[in-house]
Amino acid sequence: MIHDPVAVSMLGMPGLAVLWVLTVASFGAFGWRAWRLVGLVRQGRPEDRFDQPARRLLHVAKHVFLQPRIFGERAIGLPHLLIFWGFCVYVVCFNWGLVRGLFPLLPIPYPDEVAPVAFFLEGFAVLVLAGLVTAAVRRTFFAPPHLHLSADANAILAWIGVLMLSSLFGGTFRIVAEGAGASPWTPVGSRLAPAFAGLAPGTAGGLVQGMWWVHTLGVLSFLAYLPFSKHLHLLASPFNVYFSNLRPLGDLTIAGASEESAAGSARWEELTWKQLLGGLSCAECGRCDRACPAAAAGFPLLPQQVIQRLKKHMIETGLAAAKAAAPAAPAAAAGLVAATAPAATAVAEAAPAKTGDGNGGARPALIGEVIPETEIWACTTCMACMERCAVWNEQVPLVVQFRRHLVSEGQVEKNVQDMLANLTRYGNSFGKSDRMRAKWTQPLGVKPKDARKEPVEYLWFVGDYASYDPRLEEITRMTAGIFQAAGLDFGLLYEGERNAGNDVRRVGEEGLFEMLREKNLQVLDKARFQTVVTTDPHTYNALKNEYRHDGESLRVVHYTEVLDRLLAEGRLPLRKRLSGRVTYHDPCYLGRYNGVYDAPRRLLTGLGLEVVEMPRSKNRSFCCGAGGGRIWMEDVPGIKERPAESRVREAAALPGVTTLVVSCPKDIAMFRDAVKTTGTEGTLAVRDLAELVWDALQA
Amino acid sequence: MNLFVLLKTAPDTVEELTVAADEKSLDAEWLRYKLSDSDEHALEQALLLKEKHGGQVTVVALDAPEMDDALFTALAKGADRAVKLAGEVGTGRSASAARLLAGFLKGAGGALPADTLILLRGQAIDDLEGEIGPFLADQLGLPYVSVVTGVAVEGADVTAMKEFSGGLRGEFTMPTPAILGIQSAEKPPRYVPIAKVRAAAKSSKIETVDVPTPEAPARYEVEKLYRPVVAGRAQMLEGTPDEVADRLAALLAEQSLI
Amino acid sequence: MANGVLILAEHLRGELSDITYEMLGAGRKLADALGSPLHAVLIGRGVGALAPKLGLADKVFVIEKPDLEVPPAKLVAGAVHHLMQKAQDGLVLVAGTNLSMGVGTALGERAGVPFVNFGREMKAADGGVVVTSQLFGGKILSDVRLADARGVVCVYPGSSPADAGKSDKAAVVETLDVPVEAPDVAFKRFIEPEAGDVDITKQDALIAIGRGIQTQDNIELAQELADVLGGAVCGSRPVVDQGWLPLTRQVGKSGMTVKPRLYMAFGISGAPEHWEGMQNSKLIVAVNTDANAPIFDFAHYGVCGDLLEILPALVEKIKARKG
Repeated sequence: MIHDPVAVSMLGMPGLAVLWVLTVASFGAFGWRAWRLVGLVRQGRPEDRFDQPARRLLHVAKHVFLQPRIFGERAIGLPHLLIFWGFCVYVVCFNWGLVRGLFPLLPIPYPDEVAPVAFFLEGFAVLVLAGLVTAAVRRTFFAPPHLHLSADANAILAWIGVLMLSSLFGGTFRIVAEGAGASPWTPVGSRLAPAFAGLAPGTAGGLVQGMWWVHTLGVLSFLAYLPFSKHLHLLASPFNVYFSNLRPLGDLTIAGASEESAAGSARWEELTWKQLLGGLSCAECGRCDRACPAAAAGFPLLPQQVIQRLKKHMIETGLAAAKAAAPAAPAAAAGLVAATAPAATAVAEAAPAKTGDGNGGARPALIGEVIPETEIWACTTCMACMERCAVWNEQVPLVVQFRRHLVSEGQVEKNVQDMLANLTRYGNSFGKSDRMRAKWTQPLGVKPKDARKEPVEYLWFVGDYASYDPRLEEITRMTAGIFQAAGLDFGLLYEGERNAGNDVRRVGEEGLFEMLREKNLQVLDKARFQTVVTTDPHTYNALKNEYRHDGESLRVVHYTEVLDRLLAEGRLPLRKRLSGRVTYHDPCYLGRYNGVYDAPRRLLTGLGLEVVEMPRSKNRSFCCGAGGGRIWMEDVPGIKERPAESRVREAAALPGVTTLVVSCPKDIAMFRDAVKTTGTEGTLAVRDLAELVWDALQA
Repeated sequence: MNLFVLLKTAPDTVEELTVAADEKSLDAEWLRYKLSDSDEHALEQALLLKEKHGGQVTVVALDAPEMDDALFTALAKGADRAVKLAGEVGTGRSASAARLLAGFLKGAGGALPADTLILLRGQAIDDLEGEIGPFLADQLGLPYVSVVTGVAVEGADVTAMKEFSGGLRGEFTMPTPAILGIQSAEKPPRYVPIAKVRAAAKSSKIETVDVPTPEAPARYEVEKLYRPVVAGRAQMLEGTPDEVADRLAALLAEQSLI
Repeated sequence: MANGVLILAEHLRGELSDITYEMLGAGRKLADALGSPLHAVLIGRGVGALAPKLGLADKVFVIEKPDLEVPPAKLVAGAVHHLMQKAQDGLVLVAGTNLSMGVGTALGERAGVPFVNFGREMKAADGGVVVTSQLFGGKILSDVRLADARGVVCVYPGSSPADAGKSDKAAVVETLDVPVEAPDVAFKRFIEPEAGDVDITKQDALIAIGRGIQTQDNIELAQELADVLGGAVCGSRPVVDQGWLPLTRQVGKSGMTVKPRLYMAFGISGAPEHWEGMQNSKLIVAVNTDANAPIFDFAHYGVCGDLLEILPALVEKIKARKG
């Protein structure tokens, strides 16, 4: 007979009392800290993530309970899933056991006294232990770069290990104490029990109680520790996933944002509550850092660090300010006030302007000190980080929000200033007259239709680079030639076209983006067309996701999609079949952002080419480094290898592949330069899909 | 400090410039106007001086195409007042422009406060009559230094760094009030986001001041304007980079340069 | 006798500027065509020593001002005005440079005569002078008639050959004492540019880079070419402003004026301010991706292409030739 664990005496006090005291203390500590953290999050600016609850729940079901993104890396997917599920089972059972322990008069058994439950507990204990060992080995011997190897993480692994072992051995000792022998409900315990057969029943019973206390104390202390450790992600990430961004990735509009958001955020309180929640949800796994092209190049940017530093800064300054404000406004300090102006002002009063906090010391500037400007500008907005993040954090909009602040303060490097001035004045980043935009059409035999004057089926929005860069004009003409050869009904906006504003928005000049969009929409509203086709994926992204025409989104396709369809319909008068092995680079704004992967590949195989994939392809494509305005910016000194160079080397390493095929004008520019600087000139040619199609049209 | 910045827009040379039928003016159809780099630097220098020494920056300009935008941008950057002078002045008529501006600057009191600095561009691309600075200096009886790349104010004096050539510079000192023709400010002109310019256009006002048309008859008339006949063009070498490099190397060898 | 033509000689720190000779050359032709005498005037400290070089003029006036190392523009204008009346000179040529900026305008006001800026050519016609000026950076030209050959013309540097102004003839010198007003601007001192390692004005071959070089790293490519040619790398203003080259390597109106045997311009569009600094180079070759770049109007040879490809290829070819 095993006594109720709470019946024992500990240090002269009845176990029940001890349990009550510790439970209250633990839950209290946990609750207090969690409440304060929630209070910080609620100080953020509003953002509407409360729509479509059913869709959100499904999203959670997939990404919290099945966690496909964790499986994206070697060996850790299954272990983590098991640890997670084990945790779920144990949480339920622990609470059950705790309630029973706190209220001994309740006529319910302890969970491990119920055979089927004991089966699950034992089974998961073993699986979780296996998972923990895998995780520990990975962390110690095979640690992927940027995995944060903290004492905190190691402590957690050990802690959970102790919990599982205590549960497992508790079950084993129970078998010994009860002398019940093997049972199909406890296969592992049954195998371990004989090793302890020599124990007297009384001792075994005592050990069962002991294991119960070890386990219970372990969980209670874990609970109290949780909100101070990275394991907070347990609680925060399901909410983070629930409140994920359901809008298209390529749309930077913040739903339900306050007006001031356009001017950026200089303080953590000026970010939205969702952005603040993200910090608490980060599990410090480093997947984002491993994916980031800027980090790989040796830029100072590490997306994980941006999130983590923001979190630490928020907690340090937020809790300090709340403490100082406590005597004056206890309600505000406890974060009980709704997270809008009143709370923000209360904090602002306790922490005047940018320098004061309640402690009288200087509060570090979020932008500049906590997160240096070079990091903020290093981002190419490629979204590789967000593609991998298992808790669905949103690093890119955060960076853009910081950039908006820097732009609003005029703290932009000279090159970017010049570009923005050119865009403002001439509607293109080259500083050439807007009247010259369609100059590339001059050598064409037949001039394309003017979509401003007559209706067309396809409105071809050419984009800055394809229109103005002398090195790319020829490719643009080829594209026009292909459209004409296929008998496509298309037209241009000629001088009416302006930069679509994608990179302007990502550089943080929201006002200029709005102005460009206004001007483009004015012209588009007057034109009559069915579909917009673009050469440039950046243009594609902005027009598709951030423009609304007649209250609806525009129908936008990329030229590769059009050519793919034309080929399938037999409307491309190909004269010869091409041959050879090529590889295709998925542009960030076409692939990862907008999911167009197959059309270009079908087109290539349709031409007769053999497409070989690079290790980093499709949604794992590696950015060329031009996005986010980086093509306008100075290189940061001391970079190891530019993203474009890394990519070109990756392509050149494929056996038998002589051509790197791209479908973005900026990629041509970046990769052709990279081929020169990496010395792969003889081995790798960089060609646009249009050039290849054009080739195939010639006899 | 009492700072004035005098702005002027001139035809934007990004566009192709053509001569009108009368052969005495530019064809206005596609003509666009913008501030010169020098104007932007003058404004920037004034704002820097205000940040350092306090005071107020007033931007003054003659009414001209695209000037409103320039004035609102100046206000968004931090200027305190923007004034537009409505009065007829022909293109390139620096003498007349100087009289108009002098009339406004002297104001009702007829004299400028002691800590006044007037900053403006050096030479504009259409200043056939000469840069406006010396005319203005004459009208106001103030000292003037041009091609300034650095300004330091100490008490009642201002020291200006003037650029000669070959990187050589000279330091000149004069008492304020004074006029400086700015080539470049100590820092590149700051950026101001469109949102702020639009906000300025909505919330701030440009004061318009009517001034009488001044007496400054032109001393000559332009006989005609015309586009230059490009006498020679470079002999263009065609081919692949390799071919071109070959030709160039041969060329250099011919000239005994290798 | 017709009014004379007066050249305001420009000098700095004991040396005459090249533009002085340009003005002399052009002035001589003009004076001969008008049937007028040609005078020159030197104002400043220790200028007497420079007078003998101006022999091409019929007479050289020297106005010594030992206190004025860099005489202010207004003061110079006053002195020249006085001289105009004394020597009966109706047309004055002034240098269109940073140093002389402001003199011409002030002089025009004082003397009540027309001032014509950006002058490139002056032709005698019907007892007057037609001045052709360049406006809008050279995109448009204007013709202005000075009816009785009276006026001040600001001469744009590089309009005429400097050699035409040099002469071995003995100068006829007259020293004058002209009262001048007190200067309202005080010259304190010169500020030297930081000592550069290389004096680009003394190089035979210059490889010039502009915005088209794109990144600081690419300058290496230009340096390689400079090395094989035994020359140096220089740049246009934007490159120096970025901090990629020191000020002493800047070519242009505010930088150095150079006259090498070979000037190769890579990624330079050819703005007038840059052109001013190198137009007299013996052989000018330009490489630019933009076929419409103004530099192709003035260079001897041009390539519409990518400098990142051409630079290394050229280095190879030259090395091959050198063996």
